[in-house]
Amino acid sequence: MHSENRMAYWRANLRLVAICLLIWFLCSYGFGVLLVEQLNRIRIGGFQLGFWFAQQGSIYIFVALIFFYAWRMNRIDRQFDVHED
Amino acid sequence: MSLQALTYIVVGLSFALYIGIAFWSRAHNTGDFYIAGKGVSPVANGMATAADWMSAASFISMAGLIAFLGYDGSVYLMGWTGGYVLLALLLAPYLRKFGKFTVPEFIAERYYSRTARIVAVICLIFISFTYVAGQMRGVGIVFSRFLEVEVTVGLVIGMGIVFIYAVLGGMKGITYTQVAQYCVLIFAYSVPAIFIAIQITGNPIPQLAFGSEITGSGTALLDKLDDIVTSLGFNQYTSGTKSRIDVFCITLALMVGTAGLPHVIVRFFTVPKVRDARVSAGYALFFIAILYTTAPAVGSMARYNLLNTIQPGEVGAVDGNLIYDDRPDWFDTWQRTGLVTFEDKNGDGRIQYYNDANAGFSARAAEYGWQGSELTVDRDIMVLANPEIAGLPNWVIALVAAGGIAAALSTAAGLLLVISAAISHDLIKGIFAPGISERGELLAGRMAAAVAIMIAGYLGFDPPGWVAQVVAFAFGLAAASLFPVILLGIFFKRVNKQGAIAGMLTGLLFTYGYIEFFKGLFLKWAGSPWGENVAEHWLFGISPEGIGVIGMCLNFIVAIVVSHATAPPPERIQHMVEQIRVPRHVEDHQL
Repeated sequence: MHSENRMAYWRANLRLVAICLLIWFLCSYGFGVLLVEQLNRIRIGGFQLGFWFAQQGSIYIFVALIFFYAWRMNRIDRQFDVHED
Repeated sequence: MSLQALTYIVVGLSFALYIGIAFWSRAHNTGDFYIAGKGVSPVANGMATAADWMSAASFISMAGLIAFLGYDGSVYLMGWTGGYVLLALLLAPYLRKFGKFTVPEFIAERYYSRTARIVAVICLIFISFTYVAGQMRGVGIVFSRFLEVEVTVGLVIGMGIVFIYAVLGGMKGITYTQVAQYCVLIFAYSVPAIFIAIQITGNPIPQLAFGSEITGSGTALLDKLDDIVTSLGFNQYTSGTKSRIDVFCITLALMVGTAGLPHVIVRFFTVPKVRDARVSAGYALFFIAILYTTAPAVGSMARYNLLNTIQPGEVGAVDGNLIYDDRPDWFDTWQRTGLVTFEDKNGDGRIQYYNDANAGFSARAAEYGWQGSELTVDRDIMVLANPEIAGLPNWVIALVAAGGIAAALSTAAGLLLVISAAISHDLIKGIFAPGISERGELLAGRMAAAVAIMIAGYLGFDPPGWVAQVVAFAFGLAAASLFPVILLGIFFKRVNKQGAIAGMLTGLLFTYGYIEFFKGLFLKWAGSPWGENVAEHWLFGISPEGIGVIGMCLNFIVAIVVSHATAPPPERIQHMVEQIRVPRHVEDHQL
């Protein structure tokens, strides 16, 4: 494996990590903390939306995010031929 | 059958199950303690990690804190789950590729230094002790309630049981025991939550129920709760009182701390492959999320039930409050532990419970003839008392006891093992006495565990906060000390040993000093806390629970600045970093 290829692999990894962390930040600190009052004006059933993100929504998104990252990263591993076995 | 007898039976059965599985899997598994995860499916491994992770703080304390904090309690929910995202994306796959067993070992190799290893061990001991201190209070509460003794007596009994549990050891490392513990724990948590959700809203799914309408009233539970709490002078349930920056910092400190906690990181050293490390964090979080999304529902319903019991009628009406002589049974049993207290201040034979710290409301309360709130309810009892308050059958209450004990014991024992391994393996064998015999090492480990439990018990007698708060300090310390140097070790080749050592020390000392100054932790005998713990005195308005974030930033800055001012790390270290960034092994000449 050439060093150029390895650099490209590392860059692809960093790009994916950055995208995931952006979503991570947005759904917890963004919707659940910084924008909570604005979102609380929207109601879904008996929930105020900002409150829902802080106590429910962010957690669901975290779980989905890890599985998404694992799936994409496995594809990137194969694409750059650095996967195990 | 009496509740007492039923509790003994259910707790006894759950212990028999753990011990049985331990023996069964020991007979079939000659594998080493450390590779317990190998050959186990990522799903089972995820459950085991979840059981290891969810402690008394998650099981007993968190929903109670949320019940009383409302929106502000969200910091614990987001903080203790979001960290797994950081773990899966930034640490776990690389540490798995590195392939060592302990966090100090990684730091020693990456920063080619024994001094760095010693500093890492010191950080680890600080973190684990603080964490264990929080657990011990939880253990004390569970035992005091179910043996119906005072909380200090419960603590001593709990210390004894944790000691036996930790010294017998082995059990902890066996994945299937933890899978069983997870099942007991989650079952015990969900069953009462479902019962109460049906009682209040008719919707059996707690996650949806707390956004539903109260049966027959046409009002949503959270709206009704906002009404009740504000009518008693408390702060609105769905909005917080903590400042924005404090909420932000506490959440971040808990998330980063999760990713820096030695006993969590270790779990990802032991999965078979790099790609398993990524996905097993996902499974672990999935199983954790089942409890964590139920907890806020439990919190809101517990608060609603408690207030409804004490204040069945209109606020201010003469017959609006519960008559003390009509009190339910749970009231007496919890009074015996000293965690619920009642004093009839205005002598009317009824219980008044309201926010007497609210000056505006106190004036109105005086007009009603109330002379101060007469009831104190320890926040840490809410989960355990909730099924009793809701009048659920005895077997459910007994089940919750078993779940609470499983959660508290598994984590407390796990942390004690981390402490004793750090002292016997990393410090004594790794540094001071490399020639020590196996038996000597084992003895040192046991002695370390015994001393650790004494200190933890001492801290547990007079903890600086609620279980979940004390545990939050441990996360702040982890965020400020270990996380930055592990992250830099993977993502920045230029960071060297001088930078790492200076960074860890700065982060640890700053954060620990701040917590000790405002809350008092290990130095209570020397007169701490020295500062008054109020928002006006805090640095940037950040409470001791959130200060780990500043410690983390200092750690990053110091590590990078010092590294750039000193010689770069040797070439072999730079190669090692290149190597751990790629899942498959790369030959050296290709690096």
